[in-house]
Formats: sequence, structure tokens, C-alpha cells
Amino acid sequence: MNHLQSVSEFQTWQKSMAAGWDETKPCLRVCDGTGCRALGSQKVLAALRDEIKNTKLDTQIEVVGTGCPGFCECGPLITVYPQRISYQKIRVQDVPDIVEKTLVKGQVLDRLLYTDPLTGEHIKLEPDLPFYQRQKRLVLDFNGRIDPTKLEDYAALGGYTALEKVLASMTPEQVIAEVKASGLRGRGGAGFSTGTKWQLCRNNVLKVGAGFIVCNADEGDPGAFMDRSVVEGNPHSVIEGMVIGAYAMGVHQGFVYIRAEYPLAVENLKLAIKQAETAGLLGKDILGSGFDFMLGVRLGAGAFVCGEETALMASIEGRIGEPRPRPPYPAEEGLWGKPTNINNVKSWASIPIVIRQGAEWYSAIGTEKSKGTMIFSVVGKINNTGLAEVPMGISLRQLIFDIGGGIPNGKAFKAAQIGGPSGGCLPAEHLDVPIDYESLTALGAIVGSGGLVVADEDTCMVDFARYFMNFTQEESCGKCVPCRIGTKAMLSTLERICAGKGQPGDVDYLLELASAVKSSSLCGLGQTAPNPVLTTIRYFRDEYEAHIFDKKCPAKVCKGLITYSIIPEKCNGCMVCLRNCTSNAISGAKRELHVIDDELCTRCGVCMNVCKFDAVEVN
Amino acid sequence: MIHLTIDDKPIEVQEGRSLLEACREHGIHIPTLCYHPALEPYGGCRLCVVEVIFPNGRSRIVASCVYPCEEGAVVKTNSEMVVRSRRMTAELILAGSYNTPEILALGEELGVKDVRFKLEEENACVLCGLCVRACDEIVGVNAISVIQRGIAKKVATPFQVTSSRCIGCGTCVLICPTGAFKFENVAGFQYVSPKESAYHLGYYRLGGELDLRPNFVQDIAGLMSTPEDEG
Ligand SMILES: Cc1cc2nc3c(=O)[nH]c(=O)nc-3n(C[C@H](O)[C@H](O)[C@H](O)COP(=O)(O)O)c2cc1C
Ligand code: SF4
Ligand code: FES
Repeated sequence: MNHLQSVSEFQTWQKSMAAGWDETKPCLRVCDGTGCRALGSQKVLAALRDEIKNTKLDTQIEVVGTGCPGFCECGPLITVYPQRISYQKIRVQDVPDIVEKTLVKGQVLDRLLYTDPLTGEHIKLEPDLPFYQRQKRLVLDFNGRIDPTKLEDYAALGGYTALEKVLASMTPEQVIAEVKASGLRGRGGAGFSTGTKWQLCRNNVLKVGAGFIVCNADEGDPGAFMDRSVVEGNPHSVIEGMVIGAYAMGVHQGFVYIRAEYPLAVENLKLAIKQAETAGLLGKDILGSGFDFMLGVRLGAGAFVCGEETALMASIEGRIGEPRPRPPYPAEEGLWGKPTNINNVKSWASIPIVIRQGAEWYSAIGTEKSKGTMIFSVVGKINNTGLAEVPMGISLRQLIFDIGGGIPNGKAFKAAQIGGPSGGCLPAEHLDVPIDYESLTALGAIVGSGGLVVADEDTCMVDFARYFMNFTQEESCGKCVPCRIGTKAMLSTLERICAGKGQPGDVDYLLELASAVKSSSLCGLGQTAPNPVLTTIRYFRDEYEAHIFDKKCPAKVCKGLITYSIIPEKCNGCMVCLRNCTSNAISGAKRELHVIDDELCTRCGVCMNVCKFDAVEVN
Repeated sequence: MIHLTIDDKPIEVQEGRSLLEACREHGIHIPTLCYHPALEPYGGCRLCVVEVIFPNGRSRIVASCVYPCEEGAVVKTNSEMVVRSRRMTAELILAGSYNTPEILALGEELGVKDVRFKLEEENACVLCGLCVRACDEIVGVNAISVIQRGIAKKVATPFQVTSSRCIGCGTCVLICPTGAFKFENVAGFQYVSPKESAYHLGYYRLGGELDLRPNFVQDIAGLMSTPEDEG
């Protein structure tokens, strides 16, 4: 790769990359993101490469490892180009068939296609999968198409042309005006206008003559992995966004703060930074413009609170990752006391799109106040676990049922925790809420960073709230009293209720605690930690009351409130439960009725799972 | 000068003052635990909260020790919201320090009637961070810090072993609002330790050439006794 010295050299190079990009050529694109790797994608990739070499097809057919396209439920994923046949759940054993039947003979292997759970129909082509059809893929567009370790791939699809446009024809003020006009709001939590934030930072940078920008890739929400996938699958989009931001705000140094638990993302990002530097797209005198921008990577140790911007800055400076009060805001006094602008991964990655397509185009997507797209990581009791990028304003129902494929095993939807552990839990009656910043906030949830955990009818909402409270309580940094002790008090109360030891007044005590922790905590962690409890009380108060007053867990989840027993008419004495019980709580001889000793039973539920005659019941 | 309204009274303060400083300058009592005029404010105990009412009518609870005085601000130091917040915070501090006289007195002052939740272990340390800041900002030694997080957080030396940095000056002992540290004289050495710990933070040799302590400790003690409500 040559060091590009000017905008025109870039243009020539980028055009040649674009001309060489051909998605009508035979190619196997294999997801090689962390999710698919966990399911064995690397073995599949190696086997495919071997098999193709053995059959001497390697000169005609390319095999590319890509970033995560989001359909993690069905991984490892392979897309066969040019037709874009989508194969799913590939094992190494499937490789010979794929090569021999599909690549050589052009046959489609039905057994590897996605089956629509509603119609039972096989779906052949990737664009026809319902999971993708309702999405609006902007930030995730290149994931699944490009090789994230190749700058050339990113450039071929228009990568760095936004930077070129900015350097060649826009002043910093024009860039900020464009970002403001696009209506882009922060994708990391609070949803603050990105353009306005940039303007504030720029003003202060001009005053003091120095400043920093930071990409927040700490992503600590349980079950969330969209930022990881963007950095892993398309690291150059984040870098391009940051160079544009640095130019707009007049700063020359930036950091990506990323958790060390994301080794692949870190690897791909570091490689991309090197490539961009070599190509003259990052570093000194970018594309001969005279503008310098250095980008470093800082690894976080995986504390949720280090995603909070002031704690993040403390961590970058090498201090304890504890938040400090704001004001002063980072834009006033940030890293080493200098004005600092922090944005989320998705916010940065949206910038090249905003600049390339223009503010008008971008702001036509979404609702009046929430523009563009949002990536949700959809997990929990849902058929299509994965990442979905949707236009703002789509309904929760569309996201969960049309894209997410609904609830597994024919169960009913009960609630969705939206916005991560700081968000709220919405019941079925609010399934038609449009997903935008204001509508969700009005119901007690938030867009947040895009976490979405789905609960089905078998989920106990008190236990669900306890889960999130347990998370925030463990992640509280402990600096301030309301959060350090208040979250512990809330958790203990929830645990007591789940254990069947709830007392009248507990719900009021929880509400009182929640209000104090929210209003009095120092940082966003404490200020939002009570939200799951508040919303579950708001929408499922009857479940709390059933636990406290009737000593019943309606969903039959809370161990302190359920008993397992064997239905005499159904038990045929097969002894399977007895053999599987790890607590020796079951007695009975062969072909005789088995009995569970309630004292010894730990409520693990194994007997119920192993009984072939549905003879175990829970009450 | 900055003009603001505190508890319906117009007040004028120098630029750069915190709300707490403004209140104290004007004789308005605000309870505090982690604040000390000689140290950088911390914002950890949340007892100093006040209500700030914004021009759009919305209001918010803020910690006055770390909140700047803004021109035209309207502040209430004793509203229902403030009283409730402080009372719950005191109840939560009591949850961990239920046998500590200073905290029991605080609970009484702020109207805590019942401590509905208690941690298993009583601890006089309320993690106000005064000792850590004093050791760093006044003594300049930085021998102690907070370790771990959340409910497990505590003040300690690195690796919880006697620190070679600690000069045994006892500033932490003097500044601690709840007496969570102790001095111990053993065989010609003065040890400083957190009360219920199995190790010493550090020690000081009494007497002899190295005995710098007397003057030093007097200076510190002088600093510590700064009257709470100046002006
Ligand atoms: C406890 C806590 C954790 C947070 N974690 C993250 C995170 O992992 N990623 C992120 O981008 N923002 C996180 N935030 C929000 C950041 O403080 C900050 O608002 C955000 O990075 C700003 O970027 P944006 O304007 O692009 O949204 C967190 C906030 C809190 C209070
Ligand atoms: S709210 Fe929680 S995480 Fe934030 S400063 Fe207070 S203790 Fe730390
Ligand atoms: S005195 Fe302000 S938070 Fe402790």
C-alpha cells in the first residue's frame, strides 16, 4: 500500500478499488466474528479453504472471512456469492457437500437453508431472510461483505470518501453544521445531539488550543455486543468517523477505549489503525492536507462503570476508574484537563454515512426527533438472537416478531428489557411503541446503547428485576453512598421477596429506595440502576404482590416459592429422575412410584427435564 | 460576582465558589461528611445535596460541595425532596455503620427513625475518602487509596501490606470523621492502622533523629481544626 499524498491520489486509488470490487464473482463469505467463532467458524473456514484447494477451485472461488452480519442465532453463516445463497449452522462435515454440490454442480442444499418457523418454508437467498428484510442496514451494511482486515475492501465500497470530501471541500464549521442537521444523536446512552456536542467541544478547543476525542467501546451491558461487532467487522468506519470528528473539532489526538475482553475487535482495530497510517489516512499530514491526527488504543479492564465518560477518562489517565461529578463536562475539562469529546462506537461509525449521503438523506430516516438507525442486540427468549439495525421509529413489535422471529417454543411474549441494565422493562401492552428516544423514555425505558432482552411467559418479573439489580450492584464503583449501599439494599429486598420472605411494605420500601438512588447518586450508573425495578413494579406489581402476600411465584421460577413433586398416575418408576438428581432427593424402586423429598430438593429442575412421561410437576 | 437565590434569599458570591461554600459563607447549614475545606471536594457522601431549580421549572438534586454557583441559579437547601434524599442517604450510611456514634448522631439529626436494612458487618469507615485525599493532597505521600469496588470497597495500602511510603504521620487518623483508624505505640514505634485490620498502614519511629513527627502532626492538626462554618 502506497502512502497517499493528496486527495487526488486517494481518489485515483479509491476508484481503482471500487472498480475491482465485484460481488457477481463467485465467492464464499463466511462470518468470522466472535459469535460464529464460538460456534466453530474458524474450523469451517480452514476446511473450506482446504477443500477448495483440493478441488483446484481456488483460482476461481475466493473464500473471505467477514465481520458479523448479525444473524448470530444461525451461525456459523456462509453466504455463497454471486447468488447470495445463505447457509446456516455450518459444521465442518457440511464442507465437502457445499463445495461439491453447490460450488461445482450449482445445487442448493436445502438442509443448510434457513427454515421459516412460521411457514416451515426454506429460504434460499440472504436478502429474502425475514431477519434482514425489515432492517435498515447503514452502520452494519459492510459487515458480512468486507474482509475487516483489508483497507482495500472498505475503500472499494466507498470507505474514506467521506473523509476525502471533508478534507477537499468542507470547513470544520460546515462539518459540524452537517452533523447537526443530520439529527444524529449519541448512540451510547443519553442520546445527546452529536453535532451540538461537537460544537461545544470545538469552542473550548479553540479557546485553550488543545483537546482530545475518544471512542467509547467499553460496552459493558450484559448481552450487548453491537459495538464489538462494528469494531470487529468494520473498524475503518470508526476510524474514518473519528478523523472527520477530529478535523471538525480541531483536535490532533484521540483514543479508542475498548475492553480487553474483546480480543478480536482489538486485533482488527489495531491492524486497521496501522493500515490507515500507512495509507496516509491517519497520522501526520492526512492526504497532504496538513491536518494531523494520532489515534491510540486503550484497553479497559471490563468494569461496567468505566463506560461512564468521566470514569473512562480517569481510566485512560491511569487513575482508578471512578466517575467524578459533572460539571465540568468533558467538553469543558476532559482528559488531562483539556476539552474532550466522547462518542459511542455507533455514533462515530454513523459519521461517514452522514457525510457521504448528506444530512438531508440521513435525516429522512427515522422520526421527527430521532433520526437514522439504531442497532439492537436482541437476546433472551427470542428466536433470532443477534444484531438488528432498524430505522428509528419502528415498533417494538416489529423488532421482536418480524425481525426477531418471535418467542421460541410457542410461548407468549411477556416483557422486554430495553436499554440495558439502565433501561426499563416494557410489557406486551406497549409492544406497539415506536422505538425512539422520547417514546421509550416516556414509558420508563431508554434506547440506551441498544440492549434488548426478551422475557417470555415463563419469566418471573421479580426475578428478572433481581437479575439486573444484581448486575448493577456488582458493578457499582462504590464511590457514593446511595449507589453503593442503596443498590445493595434494593438487591437484598428483591432476594428476600424471591426467597418467599417478602413482607408487606417491601414494594413501598423499594420505591422509596429507587427514588433516592436515582435522584441522589453521583453518576449515571446509580441514577439509572433502579429503572428495571421501577418498571417491573409499574407494569407487574401483581407479581410482586403474589410473591409477598400469597407466597407464590406465578411464573414458577423463584426457588423459595416452588416445590417439585411427582404425579403418581404418570410415574412408571423408570428411575431416570432418581439417577439424575444430584441431591439424592428422590427415592423409589424400579417400577414403583418415586417421591421427591422436599427438604433435600434444591429446585434445580433436572427431574422435570429428564422425565419422559411429564410426571414431574412444579407448584 | 455571581448572583443566586438560596432559600428565597438573594445571595452574592465570588465566581468559582461551590454551592456549599456559598451556603456556608451565608450561614446556611448543610450537613456534610466527605467535605473538608482543605481538600478537593469529592461528592461521595451525598449528604450535602440541595435542590437546584432550572429556568424551565424542572429541578434536580445536586451535591452542593461539587456544584458550581451559576448566575441566576435558584436553590433550595431544605425542600421536601432534599430532606427525603438526605434522610435516606443517612439511613443507608447507617446500614453499614450502625454502631458508630458519629453516624448515629447524624441519623438522628436527619430524622432517620428506623434502619430498615443492615449490612452483615458493621464498619466505622464510611468511605468518605478524606484520609485518601489528605494523604495525597496535604501530606503528599499518597500511601493509601481505595481498593475494590461497590460494597467491597475499602481504604488500604497497595496489596494490603504495610506501606514503605507511609510515614506514620497519622493525618488519616486525625481527619477521619468516624475514628476508623487508630494509633498504636509498640516498642518505640508508632503504628497507624485501620481499626479492624490485620496489618498496619505504616509506622513511625518515636524519638531519635528521624522523629519529624511532632511539628508535622501539629501542623496537620491545626489544619484539621478549621472551624466547620467559616464566616
Ligand atoms: C454506567 C454507565 C456505563 C456506560 N457505558 C457506556 C458504554 O459502554 N458505551 C458507551 O458508548 N457509552 C456508555 N455510557 C455513556 C457514556 O457516559 C457517554 O454518554 C457516551 O459514551 C457518549 O457517547 P454518545 O454521545 O455517542 O452516545 C455509559 C454511561 C454510564 C452511566
Ligand atoms: S452512582 Fe454508583 S457507579 Fe456512579 S459514582 Fe456512585 S457508586 Fe460509583
Ligand atoms: S459533602 Fe458533598 S457529597 Fe459529601
